Amino acid sequence: MKVELQNLTKIFPSRNKNANEEVVAVNDFTFTIPDGTLVGLLGPSGCGKSTTLYMICGLQKPSSGKIFFGDDDVTQLPPENRGVGLVFQNYALYPHMTVKQNILFPLQNLKGADKLSKEQMLERAYEVAKIVQIDNLMERKPSELSGGQQQRVAIARALVKMPRVLLLDEPLSNLDARLRLQTREEIKRIQRETKITTVFVTHDQEEAMSISDMIVVMKLGVVQQIGKPQDVYSSPANLFVAKFLGTPPINVFNGCVKGEKVYIGSEAVADAKGIADQEVSIGIRPEGFILKDDGPFTVNLSNVEVMGRDVSIVATHECSANPTIRAIIDADNVIADDVKTVRFSIKPNKIFLFNKETEERIYVEGK
Amino acid sequence: MADNNMVESRHPWKAWLYLAPALVLLAIFTVWPIINTIRMAFLENYSGLKAVGGATFKFGIGNFTKVIKYKKFVQCLKNTVLICFLTVPISTALALLISVALNSIKWFQKPLQTIFFLPYVTNSIAIGMVFAAMFNIVGSFYGTENQLIVTAGIINNVIQFFGGQPVNWINYGSSYAANIAVMTIYIVWNALPFKILILLGGLQSVNKQYYDAAKVDGTSKARIFGRITVPLLSPMIAYVVITGFIGGFKEYTSIVGIFGESMGPADDAKRLNTMVGFVYDSLSTNNQGRASAAALILFGLILVVTLLELYVSKKKVHY
Repeated sequence: MKVELQNLTKIFPSRNKNANEEVVAVNDFTFTIPDGTLVGLLGPSGCGKSTTLYMICGLQKPSSGKIFFGDDDVTQLPPENRGVGLVFQNYALYPHMTVKQNILFPLQNLKGADKLSKEQMLERAYEVAKIVQIDNLMERKPSELSGGQQQRVAIARALVKMPRVLLLDEPLSNLDARLRLQTREEIKRIQRETKITTVFVTHDQEEAMSISDMIVVMKLGVVQQIGKPQDVYSSPANLFVAKFLGTPPINVFNGCVKGEKVYIGSEAVADAKGIADQEVSIGIRPEGFILKDDGPFTVNLSNVEVMGRDVSIVATHECSANPTIRAIIDADNVIADDVKTVRFSIKPNKIFLFNKETEERIYVEGK
Repeated sequence: MADNNMVESRHPWKAWLYLAPALVLLAIFTVWPIINTIRMAFLENYSGLKAVGGATFKFGIGNFTKVIKYKKFVQCLKNTVLICFLTVPISTALALLISVALNSIKWFQKPLQTIFFLPYVTNSIAIGMVFAAMFNIVGSFYGTENQLIVTAGIINNVIQFFGGQPVNWINYGSSYAANIAVMTIYIVWNALPFKILILLGGLQSVNKQYYDAAKVDGTSKARIFGRITVPLLSPMIAYVVITGFIGGFKEYTSIVGIFGESMGPADDAKRLNTMVGFVYDSLSTNNQGRASAAALILFGLILVVTLLELYVSKKKVHY
């Protein structure tokens, strides 16, 4: 089921009637989610990603704009008539019911033609439980399950009525780091198996990048960029997106373009073909540095962290927007202890230029 | 820790000194009366008067056998149990409905909450007098053309307004059923505020996401109530039921509030007397032994019912 959002806007009225403090939680969001894809809504807290999810779900009504599931306009439909499955951030499993009762609950609500017999319900419940691999826990209460197991039960409960769209609100935020890795693979697998169009919300860019077919980066209610995770990472549309994606985060410098060259301080570090002379913000991904004795970019070395597979160089530079710069280079490189400065050359596809004021990307020819 | 232990072992009497006021008061006003009640209950025909005369009393279960055979006592027991089993379920169910309704409205919630809470802070004798006035009939109920009914009370006025026959609720010649009906209405109304307070508090602490989840799944209002609200509220429901039964078994003031010390309509005084009323009556006629025995029976009854409730709640209540 394809999901289409047209100019979706949500405005929360101001609490104080006199003050004009209304909050635009989601601003003019237009996007078509292709059938059977896993889409991650990504952004810092307060960016409107959860509000978007709740509007797709129907728990919140959009102030303007429309939502289509396939060709059906569902904008005015209550959640129960939309055919959505929602997994809450803290799962919201009914604590007094067993896992089986929790999963059966949505089925028991079905009325009329959709009504199932007891045997059919049980069959469906066990089918779904098998997909999420909790069929051996059916008689337990939620309190007797680990966080990861509860998460699966919540997904099973959302899947059991065969929703047209599956919605996950911060699905991994309540899990510990290790379980998070495991569960995100699990979500991806479940989504592939069921082929249900899935939208999930997260503030964790790594999480979004690792499992989504598409990511939507949002900031203060406005969509910043939509695309495949790798595309968004390797070609951010603005400085916010560049900063938000990637661990360790991108290094940002204040520099300028002069004579079609990019300058950080007095050093020309890259070409900028076809760009007029101007002040710019320069983003360089940590993996964009190449250690080179005669490289054009000099930094003051403060620390070298060897992490097995690669080496992380922590350095400072007077033009850096952050206190430190981080460069990740191959572990084969050896840096002597007494070195005070190191020189880099920079991979042309890992350096991005942004307008100083608007923070929009300045695209360089030939890249 | 070592320091603490040193201080403790050096001045152990200090702890007892601090505890002493409470311990002394508890011993005088709680522990000793309990012991004394048990002692008196087993001293046959014990009365304060005879004790003054230096007489001794035989030790035995005579008080208990006498009390149980006593017709008045059986009537009191019947009234108490009847009131308990009528008022607790009704008031609990009503309180549940009212608190769910209060919880789901947005505006006017606070004023309504206050109105429902008012009986809690009102003196129950005063409430009883108002209720008595509402159900009262001034003049003769069996009024012939000559004997005008001055007022039939607001309840009868309402009944008559809708074309019904006035009922003799609490006056001379009223029926036992009518008396119990009045008592039930009064006690239920009196018991509502506390129950609403507890249940509303419980409702407000229920995670809203359960309701959102149920909504997404298309759960009907009735099913949400039965399958989600009630189970999640079950600890509070168990609490109000248990305390309700304990309160019900101790019922006395409400009867006095409506019927006065006659504890019944004028033609059949003491008809609505309760267990606690029986204990008071026995005391006022210098039958301490009998009173103590009745008090212990009441205690046993409350204990058994409460244990039963706890047993049931272990199976049905989700904590």
